[in-house]
Amino acid sequence: MRVELRNPSRMLEIAGPLSVVALLRRLDIDRETVLVISDGTLVPGDARLEADAEVEIRPVISGGAS
Amino acid sequence: MRLCRDQVVKAIEAFEMLSPGDRVLVAVSGGKDSLALWDILLALGYEVDGLYLGLGIGDYSEGSGHHAREFAAARGLRLLEVDLRSEHGFGIPDGSRAANRPPCSACGLSKRHLFDRSARDGDYDALATGHNLDDEAAVLFGNVLRWEGEYLARQMPVLPAGNGFPRKVKPLVRLGERETAAYCVLRGIDYQVEECPMAAGNRHLGYKAALNAVEAQSPGTRHAFYFGFLDRAADLFRSQMAEVDQGLGTCATCGSPANGEVCAFCRLVDRATGDRGPTHDAAVRRVPVRLESRQADGVPG
Repeated sequence: MRVELRNPSRMLEIAGPLSVVALLRRLDIDRETVLVISDGTLVPGDARLEADAEVEIRPVISGGAS
Repeated sequence: MRLCRDQVVKAIEAFEMLSPGDRVLVAVSGGKDSLALWDILLALGYEVDGLYLGLGIGDYSEGSGHHAREFAAARGLRLLEVDLRSEHGFGIPDGSRAANRPPCSACGLSKRHLFDRSARDGDYDALATGHNLDDEAAVLFGNVLRWEGEYLARQMPVLPAGNGFPRKVKPLVRLGERETAAYCVLRGIDYQVEECPMAAGNRHLGYKAALNAVEAQSPGTRHAFYFGFLDRAADLFRSQMAEVDQGLGTCATCGSPANGEVCAFCRLVDRATGDRGPTHDAAVRRVPVRLESRQADGVPG
């Protein structure tokens, strides 16, 4: 599957299928700090991502506090 | 989405932030929190305009402004714009260097001053910002670590109008940033996802990371920390706010509230621009705003 990471924006190819939880574990990403988006909508943690899926892993933590 | 709206309603009611019919100015960065806030306040029936502040941070500011303008244009909303470089002669990267001040500090000072002034000039009932629970808990954490009494006194979800300041409200304090991001995705709101390049490695992100680690071990701690402070500790610091307010005068340069003869923002402008600062006329001129609709008329100032 094609996986887009942000900050900075980059693309990865990951072998699938995989669950969202397994994908995040493989990439060592804390699930509470991101949203997983595919086909324009949110994907829950237990969902299965097919081998040909296009997935965005979008961070939700922003640094501005002022 | 309903959860987000319900939590905003709950915050507005619990802290008496807004009344029906209030004219609200939302400080819009183009990010998830401010656009979600604008969207929710509109859904709740408030009369809400946006204010975008151009910070002069290269591609990041270009992208942020684009998202704010697109959101407003698509919905026929009124977006005011203030551009730091064209109106005050500096952008955050070069201005903070020249003034020998951390970028996030110069940015925060500029935002607070220009948001306050725009709300005052536009005669809005309240200035709303998109600070969420994660933001507020992280700021509280930092202020407690350093026992910043004056900042702790001001860290409230609502600050009443007075002494030349507008009423300031934070209707997202009951929502985490994962929830506001999810709200935007579900509502189809296209927001600035990229992080500000000046914020990388700042203290605030460190405090968030620390609190996230605690939250992972003990869910609910962040909420208990922040709302416990409001319930049981905030009053202890209130006298420090009164002391500061009593010492406030008026800035000789811009007329805003000031602790000395000249306010902190005007001092920053002087230091950031040296002798190439804007003329007084330029400093009070607004950049043209894209007039996408009938509601876009009548930009104050």
